[in-house]
Amino acid sequence: MIVNWFRYASPVSFYPLAGRLARGFGALAAVFAAIGLWIGLVAAPTDATQGDAYRIIFIHVPTAWMAMIVYVAMAFWSAVALGLNARLSAMMAQALAPTGALMAALALWSGAFWGRPTWGTYWAWDARMTSTLILLFLYLGVIALRQAIDEPRRADRACAVLALVGVVNVPIIYFSVRWWNTLHQGSSISLTAAPKMAMIMLAGLLVMTAAAWCYCIAASLTRVRAIIVERERGSGWVASLIGIGTSP
Amino acid sequence: MTSASRLSAAVAGTSGVEPPSVGGAVVFALRRDLRVALRSRAELGVELLFYVIVVSLFPLAASPSRAVLSTLGPGVLWTSALLASLLALPRLFAADFADGTLEQMALARGPLAAYASGKMLAHWLTTGLPVAVLAPLLGAQYALDGVALALLAASLLIGTPILSLLGAIGAALTLGTRGGGSLLALLVLPLYAPVLIFGAGAVDAARAGLSAAPQLSLLAAGLLLAVVAVPFAVAAAVRIALD
Repeated sequence: MIVNWFRYASPVSFYPLAGRLARGFGALAAVFAAIGLWIGLVAAPTDATQGDAYRIIFIHVPTAWMAMIVYVAMAFWSAVALGLNARLSAMMAQALAPTGALMAALALWSGAFWGRPTWGTYWAWDARMTSTLILLFLYLGVIALRQAIDEPRRADRACAVLALVGVVNVPIIYFSVRWWNTLHQGSSISLTAAPKMAMIMLAGLLVMTAAAWCYCIAASLTRVRAIIVERERGSGWVASLIGIGTSP
Repeated sequence: MTSASRLSAAVAGTSGVEPPSVGGAVVFALRRDLRVALRSRAELGVELLFYVIVVSLFPLAASPSRAVLSTLGPGVLWTSALLASLLALPRLFAADFADGTLEQMALARGPLAAYASGKMLAHWLTTGLPVAVLAPLLGAQYALDGVALALLAASLLIGTPILSLLGAIGAALTLGTRGGGSLLALLVLPLYAPVLIFGAGAVDAARAGLSAAPQLSLLAAGLLLAVVAVPFAVAAAVRIALD
């Protein structure tokens, strides 16, 4: 079977597909989250050293992973948008930015509330926390640049360049921060030194990660639909979609 | 021939002017920007003064104790260098964008990345280099010893060109946008983080009696990467702004 993928590069044909996919992934996210939360909050036993506080891991780790993955996805669509001058790819990059920023913010927030009972502080200049904070700033920079440019096509390309510069810098920032941290205070506080994880906890973590993936896909597809309608509001198909008669 | 007429001749390809080579384009933009900068020496002085004042404020905020100051010193001197570089960034493209020079450079037969390289080099010579020269003097006020001061100057000499290069991407992307200055800070400062870490880290290592070679090597590696890659990103960003 040959699928003409370029057909879906057109907003007109992508819009209904995005709607179906968003509903599907949204439903999957709800199912995975229900199972994952049940495993995490009910089935998984209390941790020997951290008590019940460790259960934040089921939110914290998936959001931290998604914060990085969504940035890479945003950079990917930005590269496609620049390379192929594809409008829809730029819209995808635009739609991914707020979701990624949300994931980074959730990771930091949940991390702070995990840190309080286990490390005794809301914030430590841990390498991962610091690099996630800088990642959040990079997301906010992309969103702010978008807001500062009136013309959408120009904003597309400027944000694409910024996202690509950012994606080159993300690993550099990560390793520099990690190195800086080890130089200063040693690894007295480390997530990697946590005790070996029980099987049920790992299962809960994986299911919650699947939920986070599905949520991010559903949320960004829903947002891209809104962006399509907003940008193409002058076109006939959008007018007929939202039930406004077009003047001939 | 004036520089303006030489540029427009390069655009039109007339009057027997050869298309500029890459080196020629770099030197042209470098000389032009240096001349413009030296004609507004007061502005350069104010930028340098900004660095001096910011560095002088930290002891007032923290403590005049020598132990505290020598701990804070490398970070303060480096953070202030970041801010001084940021403050000078709008000068890089804004005026040339407003009066059409940048557009002429984009149309000229020399590569735009080469013109941008010359401008970034001029920017570093007029901001980063004076800061690196001045820093040891200010570092002495922070009770840093001779080795630390030498490493401060060395790390700033290697690190500030990276700031000019990365900053130029932000300066080009924010051309003609709303809320230029604060937006520029939001775009550029997170990208400066690794430079700050390795730069201040080099001085810290010297203070702790360790070798600063790893930090300086990493800074130099970053500089080489930036020199090779950034001009093309800046050229792309300038073309987007000119559209």
